Amino acid sequence: MLEFLWLIPALPFAGSLVLAFAGRRLSRGGIAAFGVGSVGLSCITAFAVAAGFIGQAPPGHFYVQRLWAWLSVGGFTPEISLYLDALSLVMMLVVTFVGFLIHLYSSEFMIEEEGYGRFFAYMNLFVGSMLTLVLADNLLLLYLGWEGVGLCSYLLIGFWYKDPANGLAARKAFVVTRVGDTAMSIGLFLLFTNLGTLQIQELMRLATERWAVGSGLAVAAAALLLGGALGKSAQLPLQTWLPDAMAGPSPVSALIHAATMVTAGVYLIARTHVIFSLAPVVQEAVAVIGALTLLLAGFSALTQTDIKRVLAYSTISQIGYMFLALGVGAWSAAIFHFMTHAFFKALLFLGAGIVINALHDEHNMFKMGGLRSQVPVTFWTFLVGASSLSALPFVTAGFYSKDLILFETWASPAGSRWLWAAGLLGAFLTSLYTFRMVFVTFYGDAKMQVSRKPGAIMTVPVVILAVLSVLAGFLELPSSLGNVRIITSFLGSALPSETVSPGAAGAGTALMIVASAVSLAGIFAAYLLFFKKNLAADRLAGFVPGRMLHRLWFSGWGFDWLYDLLFVRPFFWFARSNKDDFSDLVYLGMIWLTGRFNNMLSVSQNGKVRFYAAGIAFGAVVVIAIAVFL
Amino acid sequence: MNAVFYLSAFVAVIATIMVITRVNAVHALLYFIVSLLSVAVIFFVLGAPFIAALEVIIYAGAIMVLFVFVIMLLNIGSEAAEKEKQLLSPQAWTGPASLAAVLLGELIYVLVKGGSGAGGIGIIGPRQVGVSLLTKYVIGVELASMLLLAGLVGAYHLGRRYRKERRRTA
Amino acid sequence: MTASVNLDHALILAAALFTLGLLGVLARRNIIFILLSIEVMLNAAGLAFVVAGAKWGETDGQVMFIFILAMAAAEVSVGLALMLRMYHMLKTLDADAAGSMKG
Repeated sequence: MLEFLWLIPALPFAGSLVLAFAGRRLSRGGIAAFGVGSVGLSCITAFAVAAGFIGQAPPGHFYVQRLWAWLSVGGFTPEISLYLDALSLVMMLVVTFVGFLIHLYSSEFMIEEEGYGRFFAYMNLFVGSMLTLVLADNLLLLYLGWEGVGLCSYLLIGFWYKDPANGLAARKAFVVTRVGDTAMSIGLFLLFTNLGTLQIQELMRLATERWAVGSGLAVAAAALLLGGALGKSAQLPLQTWLPDAMAGPSPVSALIHAATMVTAGVYLIARTHVIFSLAPVVQEAVAVIGALTLLLAGFSALTQTDIKRVLAYSTISQIGYMFLALGVGAWSAAIFHFMTHAFFKALLFLGAGIVINALHDEHNMFKMGGLRSQVPVTFWTFLVGASSLSALPFVTAGFYSKDLILFETWASPAGSRWLWAAGLLGAFLTSLYTFRMVFVTFYGDAKMQVSRKPGAIMTVPVVILAVLSVLAGFLELPSSLGNVRIITSFLGSALPSETVSPGAAGAGTALMIVASAVSLAGIFAAYLLFFKKNLAADRLAGFVPGRMLHRLWFSGWGFDWLYDLLFVRPFFWFARSNKDDFSDLVYLGMIWLTGRFNNMLSVSQNGKVRFYAAGIAFGAVVVIAIAVFL
Repeated sequence: MNAVFYLSAFVAVIATIMVITRVNAVHALLYFIVSLLSVAVIFFVLGAPFIAALEVIIYAGAIMVLFVFVIMLLNIGSEAAEKEKQLLSPQAWTGPASLAAVLLGELIYVLVKGGSGAGGIGIIGPRQVGVSLLTKYVIGVELASMLLLAGLVGAYHLGRRYRKERRRTA
Repeated sequence: MTASVNLDHALILAAALFTLGLLGVLARRNIIFILLSIEVMLNAAGLAFVVAGAKWGETDGQVMFIFILAMAAAEVSVGLALMLRMYHMLKTLDADAAGSMKG
């Protein structure tokens, strides 16, 4: 089955091409058939390949499919070849499966939109690029996919391009991620010049051979790759684009800005974990950045009123958890959390999409309310997703994945109590803002009339994701609860297993109890504040420091303001003052000089034969003089 | 023979000065014929009798007759000489004269400095010239014939009156 | 014929005639005189060729004079035809009047 691997990215690309060229001639049904069908087939192929891989594991637990040589310059011969191991297999399954569900959902969600074909062309292109990224055998091909998903993100955020604000959000996302991408491309140059290849496995092998732990080159390479990951995964300090990226349609937010693309950074770090292991400083930075990001984003999420922005900050925060896990060396835990997060966050975005759609594109959740009885299926699935996000103990997938991360943060030699405490505080914040959203949106009095109820095509993916948001957790159970290790043992062939410092191993149960308590406390606090309408929150916000804090959090800690001040304004100022390009002066000067000479010489063209004869005579005099006297 | 040479040279220079200073074109033409004839004498002295003959027959004869015909065709009245006199102000001469003087000075400097001296002169007769012309320079002769043909065609074309002009004069 | 003529002096004569012709071209405005002056210059050039030929005792100088003669004939025929046309169009022989090619 493994030889069909190339079909998995090829099918969405083919779908994208068909829709791009023939999208105008197809009916909406036809567009949906191509758009959803290509990803569906890709998903089926992915499962078949996965079955083949698991059923009869290839030697060394990896499979390389060489398609063709991309180019050959000097000693540089990157290939278009696909690399399948446990890590890329998990990523590939999540991308294709969640991608397929979201495509299915979109086929109904977007049905009334003008650019139906365009939407699916972009979405298919995205899935294809994402699969290229995940399955790439070398970093150059990975970079191609990396830029491909960035492009699709840009195109889809600005999908409703008639509103200039959406275009602005799209540009912001593109430019901010570009900062990270530039760092990453420099990192690739660095790796290539020093190690002479971009083939990932070869690179990892050479890096361990040639670079000592903590050597300058390893640190630089890891830091530059981290830069790329920070941009793509919206981590501090490049997180500002993600909340604005919510300008795109909800399925886009679900697919690109929650489930798949934003976790590309996590994948990149996991993929090149050897380099990060060689640079402990950078790996520590990954953990610290993750912890900081999850806290900052968590606080910001508390104050948002736009339901999608809450989810956006929540996404940043959850990716912060993954970075925290990567930083402490819990590679598998990060990928596990990526998987569960993909399920429940996609679910939440799709649910939010249904709610927004039902209420005439209303994004402000304080204008919603009482939706529990009006869209019951959505409510229940949303509640499952929210519970999973807030890590409701024992029954949800989010609990197990987050608990694993918290345990590793505590127990890993690279971890620390402070990082654990940050993660714990983040967990409290997560349940607080999640259930704030749930209570405000679905409980209380109905303030608006539901105009459109979701059909079966939209409901089915949501229900499937809800089921997965619960069941996926049972793939990995802590030692005190049955000790199931399907994910970690499966990923063990591709990623190093977690190390647990002696003495901390026994703390697992206690830590789990603490984490559960914190998560429940968050839910309870939300219940008090937003269900019982306890006025404490309003009163707190009424005080001056409280109000200022609220404003600070609402604006995402003022990063936009800061970047505006530091980069955007100086840049605009420079662009304005350099409107008449300095470097053009040379060329303008040449034009001016030529014109001058033209005027001067045209005086000599006076049409008088005698004048010309005098010119010849004068020239003869000068030439003879030079010949005779010099 | 030296005396003949210097006398002829003197006449040639004086006659040429008269050519460029006359106001009446026919007078200038006659002075030019004098100049050509004295140059012909110089050719003879220099041992080129054939060239001397050509100078008289073709230059002084044919080409100058062409000039005379054209001046007659133009039929310029006596008022033209008056107008010509006005154009010949002393200021009009200064610039060209100084330029020409500088050029002459340079040429004489070169010649005096070069100092080729008196060369061995023998008479080179028409036979030798004709043999050289039709053997060594036969291609030049062909080219000259083409040039003359082109001159003929050009002169014919330019001398034709255009229909528009004819209507205007009619 | 004896070879008693100083050839330098003959060349100086050629130079003098040439510069006189140049002076005529530059100073005169009447196109008849300009053409005459050009003839003077051509004749002077021819003289220089013949002198040079005499110096080396070769025929080449005389051959060149014949070529110059042919060229002068062609030049005069075209030049005079042009002059006639100009006189018909402009009703003047002033060379400066024909300035419509001014840049």
